Amino acid sequence: MSLGTEISRKLHDIADRDMVFMHICGTHEAAIARYGIRSLLPDRLRIVMGPGCPVCITPQGEIDAALDLVDRGCIIATYGDLLRVPGSRGSLESSGGDVRVVQGVHKAVEIAEGTDREVVFISVGFETTAPTVAATLLSHLPSNFSILSCHRLVPPAMKWLLEQGEAHLHGFMLPGHVCTVMGYSEYEQFPVPQVVAGFDPEDILLGLLMLARQVQEGSSRIDNAYPRAVCREGNMKAKEIMGEVFEPCDVEWRGFPVIPGSGLRLRPGFDQYDAQKKFDIEFRHVEKHSACICDKVLRGIAQPSDCKLFDRACTPRTPIGPCMVSHEGACKIWHTYRVKMR
Amino acid sequence: MCIAVPAEVIEKKEGNIAVVDYGDLKQEVRVDLVDVDIGEFVLVHVGFAIQKLSREEGLETREIFRQVYAAMEE
Ligand code: SF4
Repeated sequence: MSLGTEISRKLHDIADRDMVFMHICGTHEAAIARYGIRSLLPDRLRIVMGPGCPVCITPQGEIDAALDLVDRGCIIATYGDLLRVPGSRGSLESSGGDVRVVQGVHKAVEIAEGTDREVVFISVGFETTAPTVAATLLSHLPSNFSILSCHRLVPPAMKWLLEQGEAHLHGFMLPGHVCTVMGYSEYEQFPVPQVVAGFDPEDILLGLLMLARQVQEGSSRIDNAYPRAVCREGNMKAKEIMGEVFEPCDVEWRGFPVIPGSGLRLRPGFDQYDAQKKFDIEFRHVEKHSACICDKVLRGIAQPSDCKLFDRACTPRTPIGPCMVSHEGACKIWHTYRVKMR
Repeated sequence: MCIAVPAEVIEKKEGNIAVVDYGDLKQEVRVDLVDVDIGEFVLVHVGFAIQKLSREEGLETREIFRQVYAAMEE
């Protein structure tokens, strides 16, 4: 019997009540879908994806702000995943502006070094990504370079999800790469079962088993099932660099209201690199008007197949919501593997 | 976006830059966030090494990530 089957059998023994666990990581969702992990789980145990896709949780108002920068004649540099995310008047891809895909922020700086025009990097991402931007802003930069900070922090969103309670969660599988950088001490504030898990199928099943055991015991702690890459303190150097450049602020997430302390803005010493200040750009709240249920998918209360548009009007070629655009979006991932399974 | 891939550091250059080997591809990455030596494994995200890994972890996870990400890119 393979290790996976054995863990799956144990899970069937242990799941004597309903258990819902949330993971917050596109890579976890991709691994779960690829290896068909949901089909190995007992009926009473479910794993749902939360707001683990940084591109997907970027609200329309911030895409609109990027489009405003296109209108000002700026060169926009960002990750490929963001290009087709719909704002309220089209996407960056359809904007007709000078929009360039870069691997990371350092490549956006190289573009700025080669031109006199203004270059703005649309800076999305969780704690995994923010330190790379912070390190760049601490190096010598051309004056025509700035960033639009759309960063998000994971723990405040988890706090919101727990307080709000609509997803009836019994525990969390913590985002592996975020924890690689940040460690997991911040998560000790949450009185629910949590596990740091790796990315292969056995790792994920083992993580679920650890969570189910905690539920059964009535305990709540953080089990680290991925000690080879994640330690409690994380990468101290990266954390310090991030703290030197950014400070927390209150921001809206797509599908969520304003969550206190869940965003990152540049500290006052970095005003010259802050595109919002440099170009007087505001993030406006946009009401959504479509049948897309990305908001519910991101809060863990619906799955892609619950959406009437999924794989019909909405496909990766004709995405209606961001979850069908990003490689880490639940809808895109489900689409990819359903197609494969046929 | 939160995708990160293990790689081995094979050369260090001026200005916080290192050349890493992913197994089938070599690339320059920024090493501002970690103190690494040649022969060590790092996790690379958006062109930056974000954390050090043990050699064993690096080799083990590389294959699994390759499979998952290859499918995601299709
Ligand atoms: S399938 Fe498309 S429209 Fe439906 S929730 Fe996903 S992204 Fe939105």
